[in-house]
Amino acid sequence: MPDQILQWSLIATAVIMTIAIWIVTYCLLRGPTLPDRVVALDLIGTLTAGAVGVYAVSQNEPVYILVSIVLALVLFVGTVAFGYYLEKGHEP
Amino acid sequence: MIQILVSVLMLFGAVFSLLGAVGMLRMPDLITRLQAATKTGTLGVGFMMIAVAVHFQDLGVVVQSLLVVMFLFLTAPIAAHVIARAAYFVSAPLWEHTALDELKQANDAQAADARPDTTDSDRGSARETG
Repeated sequence: MPDQILQWSLIATAVIMTIAIWIVTYCLLRGPTLPDRVVALDLIGTLTAGAVGVYAVSQNEPVYILVSIVLALVLFVGTVAFGYYLEKGHEP
Repeated sequence: MIQILVSVLMLFGAVFSLLGAVGMLRMPDLITRLQAATKTGTLGVGFMMIAVAVHFQDLGVVVQSLLVVMFLFLTAPIAAHVIARAAYFVSAPLWEHTALDELKQANDAQAADARPDTTDSDRGSARETG
């Protein structure tokens, strides 16, 4: 019985995360300014790191946690690079 | 019982992530949107990673998932600060009901201090004659 509860809650979690990522993708396309899109991209990456954790539990395979680590690190570098570009990029 | 705990933590994290996405959709302003996105995203993924650590119950996996939580908690405020600062200085529009803009007040005070007296009197005389 607890295994069935875990299975159903994994499915529910995956569905909720998919809806959340679709909503944020709509925000990414909507904008309206470039910083809004950067924030949306950052949130998409963070939610993807969480979804990879859900996938690791559902497949019972702990190796996938490394994907979350790499995603969290690369995301930070990308966001800071975007911020630097926004602040300094228009200067010659 | 471990499975039920994992289920509760994971659903909690997913609901937090969905709240962050809805806040991203509904908030009127870049700064408020950033607030919703960063905090709920970090907390939701943190709950999910704690659920992963509880599920596997292995020292290596626990360390790795707490490492993800630590990275997120360290880097999310810095990234949000960088983005908000850059967006402020490229003058992204604020919400029309924004009550307090302390950075603008500080910048105005600094500019008033840095301005030499001659231009101040020039501007005053120009305003009087104009």
